[in-house]
Amino acid sequence: MKRRLIETIALALLRGIALAVLLATVLLIGSIVRGGIGVVSWEFLASAPTEGMTHGGIFPAIFGTICITLLMIVMALPLGVCAAIYMVEYAGASGLARVIRASVNNLAGVPSIVFGLFGVGFFILFVGRSIDGVRGGALLFGQPAMLWAAATLAVLVLPVIIVNTAEALTAVPRSHREASFALGATRWQTVSRVVLPQARAGILTGSILSISRGAGETAPILFTGCAYFLPRLPIVHLSIPFTELSIPMVNPLDQFMELSYHIFIMATQSTDAALTRPIQYGTTLVLVGLTFVLNLAAISLRVRYRRGLETR
Amino acid sequence: MSASPEIEEPVHAAPRREEAGPAPRRRRGRLMEFLIESFLLVNGFVAIAAISLIFLFLFKEGIQAFRTIPASHFLQGRELDFDNVPQTVMMWQPVGQNPKYSLVPLLLGSFLVALPATMIATLFGVACGVYLAEVAGKRTREVIKPSIELLAGVPSVVIGFFCLATLATLLQNTLHTTFRLNAMVGAIGVSLVIVPVIATMTDDALRAVPAYLREGAHALGANRWETITRVVVPAGASGLVAAILLGMGRALGETMIVLMATGNAAQVTLNPFDSVRTMTATIAAELGAVPQGGEQYRALFLVGSILFTITFLINLVAEIAVARMRKRLAL
Repeated sequence: MKRRLIETIALALLRGIALAVLLATVLLIGSIVRGGIGVVSWEFLASAPTEGMTHGGIFPAIFGTICITLLMIVMALPLGVCAAIYMVEYAGASGLARVIRASVNNLAGVPSIVFGLFGVGFFILFVGRSIDGVRGGALLFGQPAMLWAAATLAVLVLPVIIVNTAEALTAVPRSHREASFALGATRWQTVSRVVLPQARAGILTGSILSISRGAGETAPILFTGCAYFLPRLPIVHLSIPFTELSIPMVNPLDQFMELSYHIFIMATQSTDAALTRPIQYGTTLVLVGLTFVLNLAAISLRVRYRRGLETR
Repeated sequence: MSASPEIEEPVHAAPRREEAGPAPRRRRGRLMEFLIESFLLVNGFVAIAAISLIFLFLFKEGIQAFRTIPASHFLQGRELDFDNVPQTVMMWQPVGQNPKYSLVPLLLGSFLVALPATMIATLFGVACGVYLAEVAGKRTREVIKPSIELLAGVPSVVIGFFCLATLATLLQNTLHTTFRLNAMVGAIGVSLVIVPVIATMTDDALRAVPAYLREGAHALGANRWETITRVVVPAGASGLVAAILLGMGRALGETMIVLMATGNAAQVTLNPFDSVRTMTATIAAELGAVPQGGEQYRALFLVGSILFTITFLINLVAEIAVARMRKRLAL
């Protein structure tokens, strides 16, 4: 009887704690939605800050976030996918594969502020200044810029892409590869025509997760290119030779405004934090909404393809 | 790929080609394979290169701090008090006439946030993981697991803002603390980040425990709770240790939450309701305003190197624990 009682109480306690975590999540999201829902309007999303950043919208921050995450994924995705292909399909269970796996795990555990230090020490001061040294002339690459911030974030999300791609590759049954080899296909033909098409969903999940991660990280970009306020968008007009025309293009060597940095700076360094509270809540709601949608997409995608693998 | 020579070749040459036929094509194919493999190999090194470069560039700058600052100053500095009597002080105060670089308040601050956060998150995260793996039905699991994953996806700056705007006031009104922003506010915020980490890893570890162990326990008359505490959790213990350690590593490295919610006062204290300043927050708050290559710049890189080393060691132990569990359960 006593054993029965203990079991009932203990299991109820476990259920209660799981519910408490759920409740905390709801409370967290709820407080942000409640504070921000009245602020977010079309005008808030589409206009620039005005009156010393105490009024107006957050369009430059949204624009900057989109630019930097796209630039980041363009850099990180090919590298990460190729690394995962090599690790799973070529290196197999060799010592090199183990070293790569250990590096990926360690990279995933590096504190985000250390990536910030790395971005300054390696990308800006080493790579950037070296390019400037070769080019000669004024400082262009050796200063904080969108390019370096995106590169720093790319290193940060590399483990996310590698782990997700590797998981998807490993999930492809070995028999499919053997069948392909038996038909005379080479290793690359097998990888590119049999394995990769089946791993597409996993690679997509990794990309979405890393975009969401990159959009939310603040510490790595604090010193690598973020600006408190820019009166302009980071755009240059490239003129086409022999014509009067010019094409606007995102300038990766410019600084930029970014959503998560905007939240941080408005909440802590603003001249009047109480006055700008609505803007802070609104910006937070936009960022939470963005990452929420991305994560939801990634999670449902993952659930769907895992289920597909189980039934196979 | 190698189709074009065949087309260009005249028809009458066909019989001759049949003998020597596939050889050049196969050779070209093999060359292609080799090039692709080499290209992938180069990419495979990218993670190794990244972690090595981080290590190299952190320590390269960090070590140089010792060139101008005596090693003992990282423990305690000297200062004249009001009566001009020299006193030893443990302070992090890198700006001023007599800059002081004691790492003691920063280390204490980091652990004063990370330890309570890990304790809170262990309680909730392990319970959540056990619930997910052993108690919850399939339906409940499919609701709770994604919610936890969504919590894991909330950017830390958002949680920092929540702590700063809502939680700090709530906590002060209920506990009447001296400082509105203190280590405990940060710890609760950080625990929100690492509960998902610990819960997910606990869930994974327990689900890796083979079913026959549970069945054996049930057959011996144990009820569900007894099976959990005496069979499943001991079998997955190394996995739980790894989960908690990884959570702690994340807690030590968390930046935005502690920067926004712990008050940022570098002081030597053991009271979790004091304002503290962690290693991560120090770097984040000061690096932007420091001249590159200066003394303080190097000292900040040294702080980063120490942080990197601590988290690296914690992750290493966690990885060994996971490997041990796999071996024990013969997976």
